[in-house]
Amino acid sequence: MRFNDAIAGCVLVVFAIAEIAYTQTFPSLHGQRYGPDLFPRLIGVALIASGLLLIIRGIASKRRASVEPHAVELHAIDGNSADTHSSGDHWLEAGPWLKQSHLKLNLLLVLLALIGYILFSNFLGFIISSMLILTVLLYRFGSSILLSVLIATATTAVLHFTFAKLLLVPLPAGLLQGLVY
Amino acid sequence: MDALLLALSLVFQPYVLGVMLLAAIFGLFIGSIPGLTATMATALLIPFTFYMDPVPAIACIVTTVAMAIFAGDIPGALLRIPGTPASAAYCDEAYALTRKGKAELALGTSLVCAAIGGVMGSIMLSLTAPVLAEFAIKFSSYEYFWLACLGLSCAVIISSGSTLKSLVSLLLGLFISTIGIDITAGHPRFTFGSVEMMAGISFIPAMIGMFAISEVIRFVVSTSPVETVVQQPIKRVFAGIGSVLSKYKLNVVRGGFIGAVVGILPGAGADIAAWISFAVSKRFSKNKEKFGTGHVEGLVDAGTANNAGLSGAWVPALVFGIPGDSITAIAIGVLYMKGMNPGPTVFLNQPELIHSVFVVFFLANLALIPLGFLAIRFSRQILRIPRNVLIPIILMFCIVGSFAINNTVFGVTVMLVLGVLAYFMEENGFPVAPTILGMVLGTMLEDNFMSSMIKADGDWMGFFSRPIAATLGVVVIVLWTIPILRFLYSVVRRHS
Repeated sequence: MRFNDAIAGCVLVVFAIAEIAYTQTFPSLHGQRYGPDLFPRLIGVALIASGLLLIIRGIASKRRASVEPHAVELHAIDGNSADTHSSGDHWLEAGPWLKQSHLKLNLLLVLLALIGYILFSNFLGFIISSMLILTVLLYRFGSSILLSVLIATATTAVLHFTFAKLLLVPLPAGLLQGLVY
Repeated sequence: MDALLLALSLVFQPYVLGVMLLAAIFGLFIGSIPGLTATMATALLIPFTFYMDPVPAIACIVTTVAMAIFAGDIPGALLRIPGTPASAAYCDEAYALTRKGKAELALGTSLVCAAIGGVMGSIMLSLTAPVLAEFAIKFSSYEYFWLACLGLSCAVIISSGSTLKSLVSLLLGLFISTIGIDITAGHPRFTFGSVEMMAGISFIPAMIGMFAISEVIRFVVSTSPVETVVQQPIKRVFAGIGSVLSKYKLNVVRGGFIGAVVGILPGAGADIAAWISFAVSKRFSKNKEKFGTGHVEGLVDAGTANNAGLSGAWVPALVFGIPGDSITAIAIGVLYMKGMNPGPTVFLNQPELIHSVFVVFFLANLALIPLGFLAIRFSRQILRIPRNVLIPIILMFCIVGSFAINNTVFGVTVMLVLGVLAYFMEENGFPVAPTILGMVLGTMLEDNFMSSMIKADGDWMGFFSRPIAATLGVVVIVLWTIPILRFLYSVVRRHS
């Protein structure tokens, strides 16, 4: 998904203002001019400046694009590789995944797998979470159900052996507590 | 001399050599699969290196990367898809050679040049690093402050793409580095009451997110069809290499030199080294018109340069703790976790460690010839492995790896957030490497600024009070003014 530079710039400016506002809560040290708020504020100011420049550039490229539709492409060929990435003629250019529902589902599943692991791995345990994530994703990406289960089992076994047994990482046992540990 | 012997005995141990062999196979495999980069290979390895001693850990990273950067040439030549960004510069050229039926020549040249480049870079590393370290031992917080500034500026100026976007990317990295307990007042910054964030954003989950998760996301939302491998016999890989090398021996030397020097500059790694030396090769070639039609000359230059750049990047990393590229940024993170803070004192106190790094570099690049040969022979089988099976496995690896660093799911959260951020950044032309550099150097910059200010009692002139500091300071200020002057000049020219 591509944004016009102006949108990226706006997000940066808003973020930087919030960040600077938050640094107001930092304590200042007695007898010292520079405290913990100095660096975050400098970074915030620089972010605002570059955000504003991005906004100017984004609006300029949009205006160029609406005046003469080919200007953006010509500009890109001009050797200014910087602008090849910014989509000038639209504020927001959706990636192929927003138009094609199967790609949207792919992305959703990957994000859900990660969020699910963060939330539930402690309860489910590593082995069950890993089996679930792998089987679902493998099947979704085109392996047969039998193959998915086989690969998921093998991968989970290898991961569990190397991390829990060899490297002694305390992977959560979860529901299987007492069975395999 | 004793240190060198000790280093040899540290490296030539069955355990270290075994780790190197496994790392080599892993590197060749990841490098030759399009979309899986050398940096990603390194990020995936860290959970393992975390549990090793410093020498095998470094050996593991160095070997993997050297192999992966070469292996990136394989799909470049056979599929016209660079396996790693470092092969992108000459991918079209190599594929054109394959189209002419010369796949063996393209791959053979890549392999031999990669090994020569790697060895040249290693020589450069082992000669310059100790000299620089002797010099750097006198540095105080003023010099380190300027060095950090210099590193950050280079990251913005040299990076591929727009300078403004690189700057934004760098600032985001610097911001991330301020999260956690601050060093002067002990105040938790941007932690929002979370205890886990007080220690800061851990480096390793962040890296895994930015380099591996972003790649996983890119794969699952892409629509590109599966490519087919060119059917061509690939057996006599080394045939005709001798004549190519003797014809273009100057190109080899030039490529190795450019690669090593570009590698030393902070923020510019193997991929930029390859682009620069390919361009140089074309500019000074006697047969400019043959470039793009399957001419081996550019391959010699750029193939040497990218592997030389890898070793070059370790010079500032070992001497100053300033990473030369994103891979050494990860390596520095690993060394910090082992309590071995890179810097000139390591050269004094543990010279055997530094010498082992050199030995490992030579060994890995020499081993590239036989192992790379095998990888070329099996390339068709490797390229046939479906990526839709690999991606879920890689995702699970990332999850376990980011969990294993601190044994909490907070690492997985960091990985997810930064992975999504990196995906959006790259989609919109913001390079990711400056963010990584900002995260590594941010703390160093702030620490040295604060301690300098306390020493100089708030006097700014303290930063120019010592000769080396003053010189570095002037260089940094000149570097900063050039883009501003150029911008003003372009504004003035547009108005007149």
